[in-house]
Amino acid sequence: MVSFLGRIGRFALDQIGGMGRMFSFLISSIGLAFRPPAKIYLIIYHIKTIGVESLSVVALSGFFTGMVMGFQGYYSLRKFNAESWLGSATALGLLRELGPVLSAFMVTGRTGSAMAAELGTMRATEQIDALDSMAINPVKYLVSPRVIASLLAMPLLTAIFDVIGIFGSYLVGVTLLGVSSGSFFAGMENSIVFHDVYSGFVKSISFGLIITWICCYKGFHAPPMATGVSQATTESVVLSFVFILVWDYFLTSIML
Amino acid sequence: MIRVANLHKSFRGQQVLKGVNLDLATGKITTIVGTSGCGKTVLLKHLNALYLPDDGAVFVDGVDITKLAQNDLYRIRSKFGVLFQGAALLDSMTVFDNVAFPIREKTKTSETDIKTKVNERLEQVGLGAMGGKFPAELSGGMKKRAGLARALIMDPEIVLFDEPTTGLDPVLATSIHQLISRTQEAFGFTGIVVSHTIPQVFEISDFVAMLANGIIEEVSPPDKFCASQNPAVQQFIHGKTEGPIQVL
Repeated sequence: MVSFLGRIGRFALDQIGGMGRMFSFLISSIGLAFRPPAKIYLIIYHIKTIGVESLSVVALSGFFTGMVMGFQGYYSLRKFNAESWLGSATALGLLRELGPVLSAFMVTGRTGSAMAAELGTMRATEQIDALDSMAINPVKYLVSPRVIASLLAMPLLTAIFDVIGIFGSYLVGVTLLGVSSGSFFAGMENSIVFHDVYSGFVKSISFGLIITWICCYKGFHAPPMATGVSQATTESVVLSFVFILVWDYFLTSIML
Repeated sequence: MIRVANLHKSFRGQQVLKGVNLDLATGKITTIVGTSGCGKTVLLKHLNALYLPDDGAVFVDGVDITKLAQNDLYRIRSKFGVLFQGAALLDSMTVFDNVAFPIREKTKTSETDIKTKVNERLEQVGLGAMGGKFPAELSGGMKKRAGLARALIMDPEIVLFDEPTTGLDPVLATSIHQLISRTQEAFGFTGIVVSHTIPQVFEISDFVAMLANGIIEEVSPPDKFCASQNPAVQQFIHGKTEGPIQVL
């Protein structure tokens, strides 16, 4: 009984210690991001890997999400003879919720997993130790530029997701299902306020931070072996998804 | 210059170092030998505080580096060059950029001077024509040479070599040993080599220290080391399974 309780206690302490290390990693990576000298070339490079290279998958998923919302929105609204609100319903859903969340999921799958795998491999092949031994802070060199890049790239990707999603919904609603183009855009114009756009961007920025934080942490602390890298990659993706959804709930409840 | 005092380290309850005491002579090459998995690399990584001990201290120029804040530690680490077991070249960069990396990051040297110095180091390790290649395009021996060029680029006072010849054929191993010896003579650094390639590594060593059962069993010049009556040393040199060294 005592050893059972001991194991539970040890497990709890390990979990709390792990969370503490994760938060301390986050704070140091943000702190180092603003300590000179700024690694501008690395920030630009990571904007390319996080932003530009995720563009096609974000655009494609935005387009099909918008089209699905066009069909589903039309089906639901027709029951209340409110098809003319399709543009408004789609835009609100995309701007406030689906745009930030789904583009964050896409970036996690496309770039977050790659971050974890790359850093995990660097750990396994002692490249991170090599940086440290050259008196170059590996968090500042490897993580902080990614943090800044994700903060800049995520809102832009979300904006692209939103616009393409609305276009997809327009194609389905107006072109296929016969909703009036005027009412599609008029409904959108009447119901969307700046707060809707703003809350979506706040979410996307915080999701960018979550993705980089978790994926870099998991990669950075991956056990130095092949299974360690694969485990870190899987954990980083799953944990990012969960954190994004949980944090989305809190932000939505605050910013509603 | 470097003194290890009563160093203890364990991983997940397994004690690897059980009170290591070792003085490393300045300007000489000391080779740390021992069986695979006995903790040689762990000891080496304590020398520039890549690992922190559970107990004990590592003094570099009289300063206990295990208790330093990060900025002070990085100042001490600037005295070190490290050749890692797998060379640990940054695989996103060419060999030239890998060797130039510490100068670009730590100094404000002009690109012209960097080019001159990097090419000079690459020539010294026999990789003059390989600067444009990526680490993935190099053989194991070439990677070690590139790693050595990077370790020496900042003219370090101390160079750590973690199994520099492991996985290499005997000819290549000898050439790496000669390279270490030649560069040590040229630059005068304090070299600490972790190896179990005996007796070849003795040729370049001024002192040999043997790590076994978590402690330093013997430190002496190579000829005296080979003649030592210490049972652990004899067991290791002759590759016997019976003796004081616990073989897994």
